[in-house]
Amino acid sequence: MQFLISMHINPAVLDALTDEEKTAIGDGHGRFIEMLKRSGELITTQALADPSQAAVVSVRNGQPVVTDGPFLEAKEYLGGFYLVDCENKERAIELAAQIPDAAVEGLGIEVRQVMFADGQLEM
Amino acid sequence: MTAPPIEDLLRELAPQVLGTLIRRHGRFEECEDAVQEALLAATVQWPAEGVPDNPRGWLVTVASRRLIDQIRSEHARRERETATATAETVPEDVPDTDDTLVLLFLCCHPTLTPASQTALTLRAVGGLTTAEIARAFLVPEATMAARISRAKQRIKAAGSSFGLPEGPEREERLRVVLHVLYLVFNEGYTASSGSELHRADLAHEAIRLTRMVHAQLPDDGEVAGLLALMLLTHARRTARTTATGDLVPLDEQDRTRWDREMIDEGLELVKASLAGPALGPYQLQAAIAATHAAAATAAETDWRQVHALYLILGRIAPNPMVTLNRAIALAEVEGPAAGLDLLSTLDGDERMAGHHRLLSVRAHLLEKTGDAAGAYEHYRRAAKATASIAEQRYLESRAGRLRT
Repeated sequence: MQFLISMHINPAVLDALTDEEKTAIGDGHGRFIEMLKRSGELITTQALADPSQAAVVSVRNGQPVVTDGPFLEAKEYLGGFYLVDCENKERAIELAAQIPDAAVEGLGIEVRQVMFADGQLEM
Repeated sequence: MTAPPIEDLLRELAPQVLGTLIRRHGRFEECEDAVQEALLAATVQWPAEGVPDNPRGWLVTVASRRLIDQIRSEHARRERETATATAETVPEDVPDTDDTLVLLFLCCHPTLTPASQTALTLRAVGGLTTAEIARAFLVPEATMAARISRAKQRIKAAGSSFGLPEGPEREERLRVVLHVLYLVFNEGYTASSGSELHRADLAHEAIRLTRMVHAQLPDDGEVAGLLALMLLTHARRTARTTATGDLVPLDEQDRTRWDREMIDEGLELVKASLAGPALGPYQLQAAIAATHAAAATAAETDWRQVHALYLILGRIAPNPMVTLNRAIALAEVEGPAAGLDLLSTLDGDERMAGHHRLLSVRAHLLEKTGDAAGAYEHYRRAAKATASIAEQRYLESRAGRLRT
């Protein structure tokens, strides 16, 4: 079963972290990625650029209209995700709990099952 | 569409040769490399020089030589080329016993997760490439390669013996093997995610491997039962979806499109296996599938028999899914209210809470009682709960019919 484990970040919470804490989170992700690769559960992981760099695209009267993002003004934004293939939802939740963000108040991790997939998986 | 005969022959022999090598030498990874080289040599030499009289013996000899060359060069690299390499000589005789079973038991080692057992079985016994397995399970090749290599390491670490287990352990291990084959079949039958409902290649492969086990253990009722279950289910594949990929429920399927030959083979197996001493879950599920297959129209289904079989199945292998299926049969025999009563016994079961199958069966039975609003509500909830797009479309369309 495939799951998207998404990380919802709050820039204010991240800014308030000490350098040591930031390093610890970075290292934790590194170890998590290595573990997922060894176990054969990682499909891909990506981190996104800051939401302030987002462009919002719509089409009006057949013409594309582009405005500055983000689409939703919120405290939390999608910061990145892990796409995993694992035994069941329980395992996906167990994996999510190992992501360092899960231990930080104000950062959120969400687990959702994949329903449809297509496209080139090899990088 | 049929593969050239040499290719078919090699595919059948590959796991036997690998099993033989592993039984003699251990070293899963090295044996696999050696067998790959021997197969390659065969695909080059056999079409030109003809298939040898004893093709399996030929492959075992060539693979053993490669393996020993490899072990020797390993030792040479480590600069301690000594007696150890020569100790592993090639026995010239090739026993008649089929080592495929040995290999299958090894790949379904109990220390592995079902996903790893499945992957390793398809790789080593099925002869699929890692890329093919990765495609079938919709993951990158690197992910599948890591899974397979980890599985081999685990088997090595478990210090598994390479012979066939004996007595009760053999029985237990065979159940694991059958479960893995069942998982492969199911993965091929209903993709657990994605829009493609049939991944026929995996279903075919599962049937091929189960057929092989059945040939080795013809007296095992559960092996025969599993093979029958697969055949009777696979026979319905073309009737199961419309041209546009929409699901067609059993009672609305065009039964003339069922694969008659496959059904006859399945029915024959069920008949033979039910005569055996003890009944297992696969035999009972096959018997249920056989009851459906024997009905020329949905209206002619012997629901009393289906219900009785689910009752026995629930006794020997209690499972909320069995109760759920029995409720459908009971509703046909005694009316939808009786079915709904039985469903309500599942409400406290946390394995079933919010499960799309419970919601959709309840919707179906509510619809039969004439409670359109309740049925609509449950079809909608079931559609949200499923992770299959085909099922979701089907449930949405059932809900759509009830909206007035």
